[in-house]
Amino acid sequence: MATTYYTEDHEWLRVEGGIATVGITDYAQEQLGDLVFVELPEVGRTISKGDATVVVESVKAASDVYAPVDGEIVEVNQALSSEPALVNSAPAGDGWLWKMKLADESQLEGLLDEAGYNALIG
Amino acid sequence: MDATNPGTLNTLPLFELHQAAKARFGGFAGWNMPLTYPLGVMKEHLHAREKAGLFDISHMKLILVTGPQAAAALARACPLAPEAIAISASKYTFLLNENAGIDDDLIVTRLGETRYMVVANAGNADQDAEKLTAVAADFDAKVEPLDRVLVALQGPKAEAALAAAGLDLSSLTFMHGTEPRENWFASRSGYTGEDGFEVAMPVAEAKDFVEKLLAHEDVEWIGLAARDSLRLEAGLCLHGNDITPSTNPVEANLMWAIPKSLRETGTFIGADALRAAIAGGPKRLRVGLKPEGRQPVRNGTVLTDADSKIVGEVTSGGFGPSVNHPIAMGYVEADLAQIGTTVYADVRGNKIPLAVHPLPFSQHRYRKG
Repeated sequence: MATTYYTEDHEWLRVEGGIATVGITDYAQEQLGDLVFVELPEVGRTISKGDATVVVESVKAASDVYAPVDGEIVEVNQALSSEPALVNSAPAGDGWLWKMKLADESQLEGLLDEAGYNALIG
Repeated sequence: MDATNPGTLNTLPLFELHQAAKARFGGFAGWNMPLTYPLGVMKEHLHAREKAGLFDISHMKLILVTGPQAAAALARACPLAPEAIAISASKYTFLLNENAGIDDDLIVTRLGETRYMVVANAGNADQDAEKLTAVAADFDAKVEPLDRVLVALQGPKAEAALAAAGLDLSSLTFMHGTEPRENWFASRSGYTGEDGFEVAMPVAEAKDFVEKLLAHEDVEWIGLAARDSLRLEAGLCLHGNDITPSTNPVEANLMWAIPKSLRETGTFIGADALRAAIAGGPKRLRVGLKPEGRQPVRNGTVLTDADSKIVGEVTSGGFGPSVNHPIAMGYVEADLAQIGTTVYADVRGNKIPLAVHPLPFSQHRYRKG
């Protein structure tokens, strides 16, 4: 059974079997506006919590998406290369950004649950 | 002025209408401006090209110049032949500094024998009014900054939507203006590349008129984000980015706005420096740039040649929703300014080729009559 976590930087992680799928929240995509380009990382890259991992570009500006926890990137969402707007239309579904193998599952304890995140964005 | 602190920003007279339309706001040139509406920048942009986009540009300033020597005062302040402008015609011009740098770009409309309307950019408006006032002190001319709501309605349905709201401007052609009502000013112009109008009105009459426009099925609010992508597709300069007090009209490739006779004999401020710039030829030129691929190349990005030698800089860059690819504008060394030349940008470690591209990126559709 997958568990979903959230960060204060407006990302979600869906964790199942030691692998986290990472994306940005609906609130975040709304703040960014229409995306026109997503720069994806290389599979195999090791990332630490706080590393700028993906760059999402709207018509107007580029923004970093940070690694919410430590781990290794095992897959990226190639569909975004041709259709970056998936992040806007389905941020919690087809608009996911990358999958990572968790280095330390205890880091998940510091993240928010859905209720906590909803309280954050008010 | 701190653009990040809304407390110090000026508020648009129609702020509450934007709030009711659920605009997302941000600071620009000292004003708290609607950046996007729920439609989103992409659809807003396309709406202005296909229907009629309504922009609140009340951050820009109208300055009325009148008096027996109004033309002479303007001829001193700008590289312009004000006495040669036909009544009702508008001209794009500049306030130059002594180095021929562009302190601001303006539209000047001749409304009568001795009556001119100047539309100035938000960030420079106070400084422009001061400069015009100082220049006019040597002439029998009066400079009067006006408090108005200024809106632009842009797109193929603009004329019909204005008519439906009770303002028939169908007799105007592109770059012409008129005073349709007392203390109103309207011109067929804009900054999107589309046919369209700018309409200024007294603050007290604005809400009613704007609500009438919004009631039209083809009219939607368009925010500053789409205003920027529209003007960049149209190849138009943003003062502060593409033209600044340290760029002159020669290198900005805007000499078409300066009458030939004035280049030799004009006595406007900056004339000597401009003549020197013409004689010396530009070392760099403003050009359109089309990045290869899908990744936008933003304002401030350094441009290099194939050997990584710095040859220029991007001054505006983003994505063009109508042309559906990244677009940019910037300066390159003059010998690299030919259409098709390739330069390069380093964006987060990716070397992106950019082709020097003709401007505009999307064809202008002005109603030239």
